[in-house]
Amino acid sequence: MNKAVSASKRVKLVNENGLHARPATRFVETASKFASDITITKDGQVVNGKSVIEILTLGASAGTFLTITAVGNDAREAVKALCALIRNEFLE
Amino acid sequence: MEVKKGIPVSAGFVVGEAFVVDAEEVRISRHFIDSSEAEAEVARFENSLAKASTEIESLQNEAASTIGSEFTSIFDFHKAILADKQLHKEVKERIANNKFSAEYAVSQVLRKHARSMASMENEVFRQRVSDIYDIERRILRNLLGARYEQLKTMADEVVVIASDLTPSQTASLDKTKVKGFATDAGGRTSHTAIVARAVGIPAVVGVGALTADVSGGDIVVIDGTNGIVIINPDERTLAKYRALEADFISFKTKLAEMKDLPAETIDGIEIEIYANIGFPEEVEFALSAGARGIGLYRTEFLFTGESARYDEESQFRAYMEVVRKMGDMPVIIRTMDLGADKAPESISGHTEANPFLGCRSIRYCLEKVDLFKPQLRAILRASAFGNVRVMLPMISSVEEVRRTKQVLADAMDELRERSLSFNETISLGIMIESPSAALTADILAKEVAFFSIGTNDLIQYSLAVDRGNERVASLYQPAHPAILRLVKHVIDTGRAYNIPVAMCGEMSAEVLYTILLLGMGLRNFSVTPVNIREVKKVIRSVTIKEAVEVANAALALTEAKQTESFLKDKTHKIVPHLA
Repeated sequence: MNKAVSASKRVKLVNENGLHARPATRFVETASKFASDITITKDGQVVNGKSVIEILTLGASAGTFLTITAVGNDAREAVKALCALIRNEFLE
Repeated sequence: MEVKKGIPVSAGFVVGEAFVVDAEEVRISRHFIDSSEAEAEVARFENSLAKASTEIESLQNEAASTIGSEFTSIFDFHKAILADKQLHKEVKERIANNKFSAEYAVSQVLRKHARSMASMENEVFRQRVSDIYDIERRILRNLLGARYEQLKTMADEVVVIASDLTPSQTASLDKTKVKGFATDAGGRTSHTAIVARAVGIPAVVGVGALTADVSGGDIVVIDGTNGIVIINPDERTLAKYRALEADFISFKTKLAEMKDLPAETIDGIEIEIYANIGFPEEVEFALSAGARGIGLYRTEFLFTGESARYDEESQFRAYMEVVRKMGDMPVIIRTMDLGADKAPESISGHTEANPFLGCRSIRYCLEKVDLFKPQLRAILRASAFGNVRVMLPMISSVEEVRRTKQVLADAMDELRERSLSFNETISLGIMIESPSAALTADILAKEVAFFSIGTNDLIQYSLAVDRGNERVASLYQPAHPAILRLVKHVIDTGRAYNIPVAMCGEMSAEVLYTILLLGMGLRNFSVTPVNIREVKKVIRSVTIKEAVEVANAALALTEAKQTESFLKDKTHKIVPHLA
């Protein structure tokens, strides 16, 4: 069995309304393409990065710093893709 | 066991399994399950998710083709929630570990998340709360869908517990399965009350926080005679009410056998029994109870409440529904009978010190001709399709009749201009419900085609008693000599001028007065559908000769209480099973 890889990156939410319904849906869509377990951390609150409802409960508005963490074989790719999504304002 | 008090609006007793209807949806019961059922419960949950997802998919496609796909991304969000594995896990854990029913688990989990969103500072997130509730309802609807069917097929003793029932909710209920109603809100004239009385099942309204305390499947007693609702009664109470219910059912069955028998006295005089209704949906029951016409169609409900629809077209549709169902039988439509305080388009701040003596009913209509005329046009248009008659409420002088005739003629002209057909010779009648109308019946008889005595107001105005006022309510006496004399005078005058006289007030539906009224010469009784059978039973048990003797004796008495006990005694002798 491969040793699990862990990757993590801190990123600032730059889109206008933060991580609300549509961006959260996009985030989960992207996160679900990866096998790794993905979490989002905001001020110590950790949520499942593949759960729309948990992400919403973060209430992450514009300007918030989030830490994206992935654990699994494709962890690095996952974190890279998710941070790109956030920087590109969820392609809205 | 929990005993609650409310307003009794439809008499009778029933014990049944509760079927709880929320203001919006069928409510979740706080059910717990057996460990052995957990697997099946999870399967139900998954099944409901799949169905909900399909529904959203088709909503999304529909929206994409009508308003454009750029506005449909909210449905992506709903689908993402339904597909949320974290959510599935939380629900399944509650089913497996806490032994919650799928409904209860879904509701708990989603509401937990909704609450946390509702507490957020950011407006954008708070707005999503309504989406979460929407999703919750969608899943619950799918979950309860199956159970609802089950309830309908298995239990024929369902009592409906609701906050209040809208007309469309009552319409969608299978009334053959509903054995009683109890609601949080409402009064004597609420929709639930009227439907319950029409269908003849026990009902208690205005109970307060009832839906919060009853879960689907609880055993509930509804005592519509005394206004009592008992949740999960103890053994003794249950036994007592089961006995009362059995009596009530056997009484109803006996009366049901009367349905197809003619309303004819023993000596062969045929009496007309018509029904009083307030909603088109009451017609079926009126017919099944044996009504031969609608003697009073109250139109006020079209003008009041949130769903008020009083434009000509909406009124026409409502009247047509009744006319179509009644075929050739008479339908007497009473024009709007509201006080200025309740009427639509009333000027705010327009309060009257004495509304019962104020601008109400026909007075208001003649003041607001722009409101009155559309109603007359709608009635006229319906008259082209059946045996429709117009009846004016609260007439206190002949000028009101004459002025109404002018408005009616104008309405006819307007319809002619629009090339719409109507009955050119439509019958115009009036309610006799003020002492002045009763005393001038001879003057009025020359102007109208029929009279209908409205006893409720006639008694209040003649005896100067507000029966809603507890301190004087006991003075409200239908058997008061003044009332009997007025009624007799109106019937005699109608006969002298050869116009039909009916009675549509509550007095005509009370079997205590049936023999008396027959004896005074009344030949048309217009009553609440549920009372038709009882009144008919009395009519079929008596001869006119006997009735005249009773009436003469009653008219000679000087006190209402004496008269009542005399009538009770006579009725009991003539129809022993009734009283």
